[in-house]
Amino acid sequence: MQTWVPFIPESASTVSGRVDALYFYLSGVTVFFALLIGGVVTFFVIRYRRRSPYEVPRPIAGSHALETVWSVIPFVIAMSFFVWGARLYFIQYRPPQDAQEIYVVGKQWMWKFQHSTGQREINELHVPVGRKIKLIMTSEDVIHDVFIPAFRIKTDVVPGRYSSQWFEATRPGRFHLFCAEYCGMNHSGMGGWVIVMEPKDYDIWLSGASGSQSPATAGQQLFQTLGCASCHGSNGEGGRGPALQGLFNSQVQLTSGGPVRADESYLRESIVNPQAKIVAGYGPIMPTFQGVVTEEQLVQLVAFVKSLGSNAAAPGSPGSAPNASQSSPAPAAAGPKPAAAATPKAK
Amino acid sequence: MEEFKVPPPSRINYLNAEYGLKSWLLTRDHKRIALLYLGSVTFFFGVGGIYALMIRLELLTPQGDLFTSATYNKVFTQHGIMMIFFFLIPAIPATLGNFLVPMMIGAKDLAFPRINLLSWYIYLLGAIITVYALLAGGVDTGWTFYVPYSSTFSNTYVIATGLGIFISGFSSILTGLNFIVTIHTMRAPGMTWFRLPLFIWSHYATALIMILGTPVVAITIVLLAFERLARVGIFDPALGGDPVLFQHLFWFYSHPAVYIMVLPSMGVVSELIANFSRKNVFGYSFVAFSSLAIAVFGFLVWGHHLFVATQSVYAGMIFSFLSFAVAIPSAIKVFNWTATLYKGSISYDTPMLYGLGFIGLFTVGGMTGLFLASLAVDVHLSDTYFVVAHFHYIMVGGTLMGYLGGLHYWWPKISGRMYPEGWGRFAALVVFVGFNLTFLPQFVAGYYGMPRRYHAYPPEFQVLNVLSTAGASILGVGMLIPIIYLIWSMRYGERAPANPWHLPGLEWRTQSPPLTENFPETPVVTWEAYQFAPVEETETMGLLR
Repeated sequence: MQTWVPFIPESASTVSGRVDALYFYLSGVTVFFALLIGGVVTFFVIRYRRRSPYEVPRPIAGSHALETVWSVIPFVIAMSFFVWGARLYFIQYRPPQDAQEIYVVGKQWMWKFQHSTGQREINELHVPVGRKIKLIMTSEDVIHDVFIPAFRIKTDVVPGRYSSQWFEATRPGRFHLFCAEYCGMNHSGMGGWVIVMEPKDYDIWLSGASGSQSPATAGQQLFQTLGCASCHGSNGEGGRGPALQGLFNSQVQLTSGGPVRADESYLRESIVNPQAKIVAGYGPIMPTFQGVVTEEQLVQLVAFVKSLGSNAAAPGSPGSAPNASQSSPAPAAAGPKPAAAATPKAK
Repeated sequence: MEEFKVPPPSRINYLNAEYGLKSWLLTRDHKRIALLYLGSVTFFFGVGGIYALMIRLELLTPQGDLFTSATYNKVFTQHGIMMIFFFLIPAIPATLGNFLVPMMIGAKDLAFPRINLLSWYIYLLGAIITVYALLAGGVDTGWTFYVPYSSTFSNTYVIATGLGIFISGFSSILTGLNFIVTIHTMRAPGMTWFRLPLFIWSHYATALIMILGTPVVAITIVLLAFERLARVGIFDPALGGDPVLFQHLFWFYSHPAVYIMVLPSMGVVSELIANFSRKNVFGYSFVAFSSLAIAVFGFLVWGHHLFVATQSVYAGMIFSFLSFAVAIPSAIKVFNWTATLYKGSISYDTPMLYGLGFIGLFTVGGMTGLFLASLAVDVHLSDTYFVVAHFHYIMVGGTLMGYLGGLHYWWPKISGRMYPEGWGRFAALVVFVGFNLTFLPQFVAGYYGMPRRYHAYPPEFQVLNVLSTAGASILGVGMLIPIIYLIWSMRYGERAPANPWHLPGLEWRTQSPPLTENFPETPVVTWEAYQFAPVEETETMGLLR
């Protein structure tokens, strides 16, 4: 269970060992410099201790050569930290396209999870070994944060937008899940467990969820009962409102200019605050659903729209290089930004 | 060497020039105002320290058994607010800075003595309002006030606390303004920029941050109050706001605020290292300009608090790079201080022990900052006890060590009395040991996965927390000792000569305690900073006659 170093959390994901490696490198350099400076200071303090109250040593002006050396060497070492850390961060925050999605809703002070098959759970998250899992997360109230130390991942769960992170567990076990962003009275009680199972056990566990609908199916029913179909078409083919088929991950042209990518946060915003971004060619006629639908129902509606197909030109055919100009390689982080920036203007 | 080479100093000094409460409350003397600040910040340090002890007692056991969660959340919030806004930010600039900036440059006072007094009253008003909020029911948002928790969900005294902090910010701005104008316009003849002690350079850099940064946190608090009171949607997404915007605004001030806390301490340490090894500071101009570099770069790194807060990955990379860049000037300082010791004449007086302690603790604090600047590692460490340990190494290991060192160093000048050297050394050792025992285990607990601001925690973290609480008890004792003997020495300490350490600085060339106008006549500076004269001469240069 434990690694050979005490007080290192269990290592159970594909990135956890890589984060540890960088951590050990940083620790090694830190210990080296702390001992070097501590040792030199101690040596000087003893060697050059005051031997007579009257001694006045000769002044030494300084040395440009030395200043250069001890500016450049730390800079080079710091850059090695920077490059290593940034490369790994990129991996941590770029979910693979084939990841299995699990929806996460945080609220004071519990975690609600819903699997793509419809299986729901609270404060426990069952996941299989060896499959890539992407958490799509939002909050009903304040900012929370999903922190799984064994996977070395952590991302804030922010109300009003979707954030995401991904992992691939490497071995079965039961691992801590913490809320890492202070969220009020019972913050330290807002935790749970991630239970990693062998894939076949996971599939059996999932099938035990008979009776519950998948988020997409539930979303389809909501789509009908909320009257969305009257404008967007009963199958999302469009009408007075824009078509939803093939919308997900496509580039949408707005009346205010500039295309935006139709990611989860865009879909969510278009439901709760439809005036914020009007699709070019359509009028601002949609009513807001703020307060009408819960975060979980929003998740279901978004899942339904996603089930209507995503843009064929969507990014991330495996191996494609991340590229700023072509959609977002930084889904969790980059996605919500335009939505956020536009919101105050809409008020 | 106590034979009479020095003419006997005037019996009149700034402490006994006038008597009575009114002479203190209406004083315009920067030295008296420094003492007013000294009393107030020490009081609020005590309040914050009691909260710290309460935190450590609660965390002795994994269960939340000493306080309820609601109480515990208020305790750590109020610890942070008291320590940061009412101790760490004013501690060195408003006490040692206030006392010494005019003395070190050969001026009679700060440029705006009335504004200086006003700044103390503003500080006190802010502090009283905040203390009222704490007594009335307290606040539980964390000192960071993250929205929408603070704007919508918390039922505690957010507005009153925010108002106190808002008001006290103006005292910071006025102090900064006073320092900048004073350093520019009131230097004595011959006191050129590159003859200034490095204490002055670092206070100049600090003053720049105070003036440029503090208004931003003031605006942020006002916006928060608008949202909380008038439900104007700025930050809360339910009202159409953006919660991450708050974090950008908050850290735009609060990261540079770290440098408001640590730069003055670096200035103190430059004085201690040079003067107690009787050596000029190695690479004077590099140390001076590194303070300015820190002040400038410090404004460009706020985003490293948002690496896991849904900030874009590319923004994260830029902020990571800049955060590494700001570490370099700090490293330069540490190397220069170390080189200053080379071939010096190093004494082991109490202030020097704090100065050396600073180098060690600040090195650890700075290096662990690099862990948090490294994006991938920060993802794991963010919001854990590693962060808590890191910033305590900077703020306690850095600021507090510098503050205590400086207080001992200038105590003969401030009070006219010597502190007891043996007790001083003993307390410095206790503080150093207690501090490390408190916070080293927290680095380990952080990587092990213990989140911060947790009232209860899983049992595997207990060993580390017990160590930390044990250390905090030692640290608490180490803090009490100096408070006791410094107060004792004001009455019973040995009388201090004008220049007990035999140093060349201007503040030592006048009597202890100084005259109200600091110098009998305006000094003319003909020497470089840290130009050490033979010890016999320092006896006679005590008074510029």
